[in-house]
Amino acid sequence: MLDPAKLRADFPILTRRIHDKPLTYLDSAATAQKPSAMLEAMDHFYRNHYGSVRRGIYTLSEEATGMYEAARETVAEFIGADSSEEIVFTKNATEAINLVAYSWGRSNLRKGDAIVLTEMEHHANLIPWYILAKEKGLELRFAKVTDGGRLDMMDFEKKLKGAKLVCVTHVSNVLGTINPVAEITKLAHEAGAKVLVDGAQAAPNLPLDMCELEADWYVFSGHKLYGPTGIGVLRTHAPVYEAMQPFLSGGEMINEVGLGDVTFAEPPATFEAGTMPAAEAIGLAVAIDYLNKLGMDSVREHEQAVTEYALEKLSAIEGVKIYGSKKAEDRVGLVSFTVDGIHPHDLASLLDQDGVAIRSGHHCAQPLHQKLGVPATARASFSVFTTTDDIDRLATSIKAAQKTFSEPVKA
Amino acid sequence: MNLYREHIMDHYKNPRNRGTLPNADMTIEESNPVCGDKLKLMYKLDGDRVNEVKFEGEGCAISLAAASMLTEMIEGKTLEELKAIRDEDMLKQIGVPLSPTRVKCGLLALSGLRKGLKQDNLAGYGNS
Ligand SMILES: Cc1ncc(COP(=O)(O)O)c(C=O)c1O
Repeated sequence: MLDPAKLRADFPILTRRIHDKPLTYLDSAATAQKPSAMLEAMDHFYRNHYGSVRRGIYTLSEEATGMYEAARETVAEFIGADSSEEIVFTKNATEAINLVAYSWGRSNLRKGDAIVLTEMEHHANLIPWYILAKEKGLELRFAKVTDGGRLDMMDFEKKLKGAKLVCVTHVSNVLGTINPVAEITKLAHEAGAKVLVDGAQAAPNLPLDMCELEADWYVFSGHKLYGPTGIGVLRTHAPVYEAMQPFLSGGEMINEVGLGDVTFAEPPATFEAGTMPAAEAIGLAVAIDYLNKLGMDSVREHEQAVTEYALEKLSAIEGVKIYGSKKAEDRVGLVSFTVDGIHPHDLASLLDQDGVAIRSGHHCAQPLHQKLGVPATARASFSVFTTTDDIDRLATSIKAAQKTFSEPVKA
Repeated sequence: MNLYREHIMDHYKNPRNRGTLPNADMTIEESNPVCGDKLKLMYKLDGDRVNEVKFEGEGCAISLAAASMLTEMIEGKTLEELKAIRDEDMLKQIGVPLSPTRVKCGLLALSGLRKGLKQDNLAGYGNS
């Protein structure tokens, strides 16, 4: 088991006071806070090894290139990819999805082809497909979410018939639901469809094994994984690479350029045009080292315990409605909820006064909120340093907000 | 500093001029899809003066309290005076410092009023 109270010392921001209260950070699903080791590694890189990646012959350039490529290696191992060649660095999950829509979707999908999405997708895994569908005349199908907050697999199988592509989130950023992506991939491949899995919420919470998942593309963001902003990951492999056209183009993604003609570099370089965020890639690798030291099984175990505690604490408060499965094992460490009579934004503002940081709004999943029948929800999400004390402070603060909103006012 | 001071909670819980106005001279809907806030603002004129004003809607306490305050601010005022209401005037009425994201909630009703005034210009000037 992790000792979250001890791990707090690894995250310098946790010494911050907000409105003169200690910070209770419960928004890791939006973005995770950063361990010192990661911050120091980026600083160390800039101070001691910085140079042009893949462009120079001099020592610093070679050191920087070596560290950048080692980071790719670390990422590949972390997610159980077969080799580092399967890892393309991007800016974030959003860019990785756009990359696939552009470089595979545009050249492989034709008018009338169908894409299966789900009602629980983040806008990042919707809008690129909406745009492509409009451009190429594609059909979009949405697999339903059950009232219990799971993917309706019967409906999914129905919608899968004849589809060319499935884009599904591994974990819902609103419901916390873990989707059966291995099964989805198997069904999709049997039906002749390719599969993109959005792992933005899964990577920080679950041990991953690409060989087991067998998705054609798997994407996630570094900043949700205790790494820096500006770095994301796309994992794919050789047979799929062959069907992909370049995305961004320019320097470093080429083999040879003449006046008017070009041959492209081998993947993953094909998809990494221009000067890449090397310090960020290195920072991400150090964040991954940090998680590896804790062990992803322990991380998962810890978040299960916190989630269970949070579900129990929050459902004990009268007027609190929790969305998604009531069982911790169906979820990762996040809980979306509403409080009767208090708009989530008012709740978040009141909680902030107590130093409690939660997310409020539609969390970039408007179609899902339409389905849930609310314009917005509040969301508390957890991380390796979340303690049961944090959850207690959340509960106390919610009750105080209820009091503020229920006290009679002088007319 | 408590954001939800008496003043705001009072307007939120005891909204002034809440309801509908059939045959209003101006009706405008304004929304903030980010929060799901929706407001409808209506008024009747007596000459170029706001004679009666109503609002209805759903949303957070800040946007609804601000809408209630705005109706009080514009009652009895001329159209020219309505046009002269600045963001600062609205924020001053609200009276508590709002964070940049919450300023949008505080100004939602005023933004609706401005849209309504533009619409009203077209209709209004033709009549007089
Ligand atoms: C499920 C899911 N997909 C995609 C994203 C997009 O991530 P980013 O904004 O880092 O590209 C997020 C995070 O906001 C998410 O929760």
